[in-house]
Order: sequence, then structure tokens, then C-alpha cells
Amino acid sequence: MTATTSTTTTTGRYAPKPGAAPLSRMIAAQAVLETKMLLRNGEQLLLTVVIPTLLLVLFSSVDIVDTGAGKAVDFLAPGILALAVMSTAFTGQAIATGFERRYGVLKRLASSPLPRWGLMTAKTASVLVTEILQVILLTVIAFALGWSPHGNPAAVLLLLVLGTAAFSGLGLLMAGTLKAEATLAAANLVFLLLLVGGGVIVPLDKFPSGAQDVLGLLPVSALSDGLRDVLQHGAGTPWGDLGILAVWAVAGLAAAGTFFRWE
Amino acid sequence: MTKSSRTPASESPEFSLDSGAMRSEPVVQVQALVKRYGTKTAVNSLDLVAQAGVTAVLGPNGAGKTTTVETCEGYRKPDSGTVRVLGLDPVRQSAELRPRVGVMLQSGGVYSTARADEMLRHVAQLHAHPLDVDALIERLGLGSCGRTTYRRLSGGQQQRLALAMAVVGRPELVFLDEPTAGLDPQARRATWDLVRDLRADGVSVILTTHYMDEAEQLADDVAIIDAGRVIAQGSPEELCRGGAENTLRFTGRPGLDASSLLKALPADCTAAELTPGSYRVVGKVDPQLLATVTSWCAQHGVMPDRISVERHTLEDVFLELTGKELRS
Repeated sequence: MTATTSTTTTTGRYAPKPGAAPLSRMIAAQAVLETKMLLRNGEQLLLTVVIPTLLLVLFSSVDIVDTGAGKAVDFLAPGILALAVMSTAFTGQAIATGFERRYGVLKRLASSPLPRWGLMTAKTASVLVTEILQVILLTVIAFALGWSPHGNPAAVLLLLVLGTAAFSGLGLLMAGTLKAEATLAAANLVFLLLLVGGGVIVPLDKFPSGAQDVLGLLPVSALSDGLRDVLQHGAGTPWGDLGILAVWAVAGLAAAGTFFRWE
Repeated sequence: MTKSSRTPASESPEFSLDSGAMRSEPVVQVQALVKRYGTKTAVNSLDLVAQAGVTAVLGPNGAGKTTTVETCEGYRKPDSGTVRVLGLDPVRQSAELRPRVGVMLQSGGVYSTARADEMLRHVAQLHAHPLDVDALIERLGLGSCGRTTYRRLSGGQQQRLALAMAVVGRPELVFLDEPTAGLDPQARRATWDLVRDLRADGVSVILTTHYMDEAEQLADDVAIIDAGRVIAQGSPEELCRGGAENTLRFTGRPGLDASSLLKALPADCTAAELTPGSYRVVGKVDPQLLATVTSWCAQHGVMPDRISVERHTLEDVFLELTGKELRS
């Protein structure tokens, strides 16, 4: 590549010329790499794309669960959007970060010029990019299934952002404290439990009233309920659900910040 | 916070600049470093000064090599003592130090689904003036990795990728933690050649190794660590010369009187017939000693066959210093 001829004697090629790249370039490069790694991972794609899509199509077209009055897709689409956020911000991020920690990726990056907060910013950007792709895909499919959403897009955006923050905090808490294998198992288990018990495809009012109160406080319940209020019923800003998500976000991120171990 | 940063260690570079015109500031200065994990003391009041050039840190497993290096890399906080790398505190001045230092971990450090070139390009992007990535890939024989992801690379390819990642940012100082562990001879040689070129171009290298020949081949300076302390330091030649005894062997007629030979030798030597007809003299082997042995043979009508002098290798020095029993 270089103009000099290749010899075994010194060419000054390795002469020190240290320096960090500009922060914006480092963070952008890191976000692109993280997103590539995420999209390349087959199991992650199953979780973030295949499962939400299948659930949306299946439960909208086959009458398995009683989703109440109105078209099934109007009930399901907001829940599936909540599930998509959870799959990326929580499950996917927890598993990926857990294995990055296990394989020394976080450790190696810690000695690169990229600061830790830069790494976390890049991770967040990567999660957001993936979510945007998910939302686009699922929205197109939902429209094809006859979805007719209402409501204020700003409220929807606010719910998605707070939901992402809440799930990221919990996912990183898990990835930074448990072994990678334990994170893998636990993150999938939690995904499954919240899928069933978090009002994603099964309305919460199918559960006993005592359980409803508790389940309603789960982040995925708050997110799907809030999205449903706005998108299905055209409600204004669902402050209650936003409040629940905010509490989870603050608690989860604070705990992750405190307990996260880098190796 | 600021109290411990004002230590002699951080000020001594200025003094050394005054005192010796040729001496530049050490690249690494470790003073009375203590690091414990629970009740186990991994590093026990360790002092180490590494000048520009290549410094090898040798030691048996569990001696504290990696802990020491990782403290220099800013991964671990000293329990006590001070560490300065390029004059900076690796923990508190990490942001300033990180771009100037290249790190090769003992293992891992790469996304399992990343390709070798992809990861190397990424690390290059984090630096302002990286090396030519394609040339580096070519040089370290990573071109054949193609689209293979990291987890499917051979151990040798993974090692070379880690090495490439350590140097791609054009650092002033590179830490290599067992850079050739498990490499085949060709890959080992390629690594050695790169270390030599780095040195020639003014990059300082601190490497840990189990391989004595690696230290002998590459290092300007060797520090031998055992039980969390530096027990010897010097150039490979100095270490082999100092203290270590050399051996002279010859074969002759069986049953020669070794005690008579011993009388002819200087006081601190030993002489013995190991197996019938095979003799060994241990001591400070110099031309005078050789002459003494051959003239004793002449007096006794012995033709010393297969006479040989064994210079002590770094390995002998190492085993003498650290003992021969296996470490748990």
C-alpha cells in the first residue's frame, strides 16, 4: 500500500504517533460495529424480529386469545411494539453485553481511547437504531393486517424512549453482575415470562384482580398499556404508565451504574 | 485523592534528566506496589523501572506478572504503592494515557462475531493516526482469515489479531501479555520480528513471557518476578553472567580420582564423575579453569574427550532463582 518498498529493516512505519480519534467518530464507529454485531447474531434476530413478527401475524389472524372488542390487531400491535422494545433493549442487550464482558471485549475497549460513557452512548445508539428498524417492520406488517392506530405520536415516542431506558438499565444490570451463561438463561426466561404476563398478547384483565395490580407495575405492562391507551383508544399522554417506566428507568440505570462490573 | 499523586515517583524523571544526559524518562515506574485479592497477596511491594526499549517480565505462573502489567494498564487500582506509565497515573490520568499505550490482553478482547479485519479497522478508527490496516493484516498473516468470525479463528490467528490491535494506534508503549503463548514457530517468529521493528522505530515494549528464549532474543532488560516481587533485573547477559555458575563437562577413562582434580581447582568449584567416564566441573568457568582441567588431564595421562563448556542460559538463572518445584 505504501510507496516505500518492503524491507526487513526499519522504515519508521511504526514510529509513535499516538492520538485519539475525535469523540464523534469514535462513538459513531462503535455504534455501527455494535449494530452490525447485533444484526449478525442469529439468535438475537430470532428474538428481535422473528418472534414479534410471528406473534403479531399469528394472533391477529387466528382467534386464539380473546383480545376484547375491536380488531385483534388494534390490541396486539401496541403490545408487540412493547415486546420489540423489550427484546432489543433488555434481552438482546443483556445477552450481548454479558458475553462482551465474558470475552474481554469490554476490558479491551476500556484501554482504547473510547471513554466508557462513549461506549455506553454507542450501545444506546445501536439499541435505538435496531428499535427503529423493528418499529418500521412491525408497523408495516400491522398496517397490512388492517391496523388503524390513533393518538399522539409524541406520546408514543416518549413511551418508547422511557421504555428503552427502563429496559436498558435492567438489561445492563443483569449483564454486569451475572455470569454470561446465567444472563443468557435469565434474560430469555424473563422475556418469556413478561411476554405471557406483561399484557403483551394476553390482556391483563384475564388475570385474577390481585395479580393484575402487581403485573400492571411491570415495565413491559406499563409500556404496552401506555401504547395501547394512545394507539388503540386515542388517549392523551398516559402519565401513570410513563411514571412507572420512569421509576424503573431511574432505579435500573442507577443500579446498573453502581453494580456493573467490567470484567 | 491528590495526596498520593505527589510522590517521588512522579518527580524523579526531572531529577534523572538533570543527572544523566543520555537517560530519558523511564516508560514505566512501579514503586512498592501491593495488590491483594481477598486474603491472597498477588503483588507484594514490587519495584520495577522500565526504560525505553524492550523489557521482558519473566516469572512462574501466579508470580504476579499479569497483575503488575494490568495495574500499569489501569485495569487495577494499587492497594498501595505508586505506578507511573509515561509519567502518568494509569487510573487517574487514564484518558490522557490510553491513546498513547497499546494493550494486548492474554486472551479475548474481540466480539465473537466480528471478523479479524473488521475488528482491526474498528480499533484503527478509534485512533487519530493509525497504521495502514491492510499492511498490518498482510504482515501478520491475517489476510487468510477472510470472512471467518473471531470465535472460529485458530488460537494463533486470535493472538496475532490481538497483537495487531495493540500496535495499530501507533502507541509509544505497548504492553504484550504472553504474546506468543501457544503460537507455532512461524507465527512466533513473525511476532518477534514485529517487536524488533517496533523497538527499532522507537516504540517501547513491556512483555510478559514464560519463554526464556523469547526474553533472551527480544529484551534489552529482563525483570524476573516471583511471589509478587522482582527478584532480579538486568540485561539477559548480566543476568546470565552474575551469580549463575557454569558447567564444564568432559569424558575420559572411568574411575579417575575426582578429589585430586578438585584439589587442583579453585575453592568454590565442584567436580564429580556422574556416570563412569563422564565428568562434570561446576564453578566459575573461565579460560584459567579450562587450562587447569586440561593440564590436570595431561598430568594423569587422560585424553579429555568431548570437552564442553555450557554457558548458563536465562532458563538456568530463572530456575536457580525461582526454584525447580512446580507451582500450584
